[in-house]
Amino acid sequence: MFNPTVARLTYRALLGRRRALILCALPLLLIVVACAVRAMNGADDQVATQLLGGFALATMVPLIGVIAGTGAIGPEIDDGSVVYLLAKPIKRPSIIFTKLVVATGVTAVFSAVPVFVAGYVLNGNSQQIAVAYTVAALVASVAYSALFLMLGTLTRHAVVIGLVYALIWEALFGSLVEGAKMLSIQQWSLALAEKVAGTGADVTSDVALPAALVLLVVITVGGTILAGQKLRTLTLAGEE
Amino acid sequence: MSTLSIDRTSRWFGNVVAVNDITMDIGPGVTGLLGPNGAGKSTLIHMMGGFLAPSNGSVTLDGTRIWRNEQTYRQIGLVPEREGMYDFLTGYEFVLANAELHQLSDPAAAAAEALATVEMEYAQDRRVSTYSKGMRQRVKMASALVHQPSVLLLDEPFNGMDPRQRMQLMELLRKMGDEGRTVLFSSHILEEVEQLASHIEVIVAGRHAASGDFRKIRRLMTDRPHRYLVRSSDDRQLAAALIADPSTAGIELDQAEGALRVQAVDFTRFTALLPRVAREHGIRLYTVSPSDESLESVFSYLVAA
Repeated sequence: MFNPTVARLTYRALLGRRRALILCALPLLLIVVACAVRAMNGADDQVATQLLGGFALATMVPLIGVIAGTGAIGPEIDDGSVVYLLAKPIKRPSIIFTKLVVATGVTAVFSAVPVFVAGYVLNGNSQQIAVAYTVAALVASVAYSALFLMLGTLTRHAVVIGLVYALIWEALFGSLVEGAKMLSIQQWSLALAEKVAGTGADVTSDVALPAALVLLVVITVGGTILAGQKLRTLTLAGEE
Repeated sequence: MSTLSIDRTSRWFGNVVAVNDITMDIGPGVTGLLGPNGAGKSTLIHMMGGFLAPSNGSVTLDGTRIWRNEQTYRQIGLVPEREGMYDFLTGYEFVLANAELHQLSDPAAAAAEALATVEMEYAQDRRVSTYSKGMRQRVKMASALVHQPSVLLLDEPFNGMDPRQRMQLMELLRKMGDEGRTVLFSSHILEEVEQLASHIEVIVAGRHAASGDFRKIRRLMTDRPHRYLVRSSDDRQLAAALIADPSTAGIELDQAEGALRVQAVDFTRFTALLPRVAREHGIRLYTVSPSDESLESVFSYLVAA
């Protein structure tokens, strides 16, 4: 299923160009803020939860997911270079699977790793908060990558739709409308964080863990299958 | 040796019919797919390359369906019209990646050979983003040739190339055709097709307008005017005798050339008439040559038809 050449082309495209700078900017910001907070306030579980939950998991992880997920296939479809992958005796779903692995890896490196570092900086992993949010970020990396990779195969406006989902649906509606939280990768991954974190930590999700796990699997597997199917019948925009 | 078969194939987009009930076989050698912009050439090539499903009919390679069949790419090499091609790679990396994607046993050797074929070794370590249009086209060719396909599909390969690059590519395609590969290229430029293709398929407004070598295509349209340059022992008398017959639409006595310019409307009848009339009047024919068998004129008739 995994094709090393497809992987190489994908990560070189993702980490080249301007994308790498954007990918680095948010994690750096997180760590800088974490250092500043720690220096000014000292270790504080409440502040750690707020920063990791409110900024890292709610904003940074989905943004990086959008960049890596859509960036793993969208530009290739846009400029037509995907034809060099498709005109080969390779199963199309294996192209998608490989791209999912790369997008997940990139998202995890640029989101879960800085979350872990920031968590340690903030309160030295007291109440398992750093580990809890790292686990959540890892799981969210997989689901966001699958979702946004699928979007990348479906529409040219994947980045915009992805941003709308991440910032408006999850962040804004999620905090205003109760029901919106049920359909939120952020909340599903928080359910895992809630399980991992110590009882004293204020890490809560509005979705029960079993439901969250089922939904995470559904979005990841479903999105990947759909993207694979879409790629099998991809019609390259003609010149005529 | 491979044959692409297009059988009663149509393709429509909403209400627009891009390809309308076309049937043709494309065999070994160089075939030119000729037609004005928007005639449906790219749609047809996309169907042959497996990037578009026929709405109706079938597109097959040696009897195997191409659409949704990745395995046919072992036989097909594709040179797309679009420019996107992983610009951050070097030429060599690009061709090597293509060789790997074909799962060749020795991708490095195959990539080197393909780059040598298109004479791009000298720039193979430069990034694709630094290449000129012609260089990109040649590297695209190398990536399409890297697995030694029996079929080569090229969509408007000469677009934007300078005359020297054009000649190099033509030479290469001719060689591929002589090797027994099935080479199909599309073009809206008549002289390209005329210079290169041994066989021509003409597409006009989504329909298959004509097929054959270009002389044959010319003759297919017997109801279209044909022009001939005729020199004889008595041009005036011959002219008078020819114009009496309805197969001749017009005659000009070209004083400077010392010849007759004859416009015939019925090809078959005229070719029988000319020698008969000459014999009856005791006129000797020195020259009879078609003066407009350029693809340009063939094409303008077809488009007007």
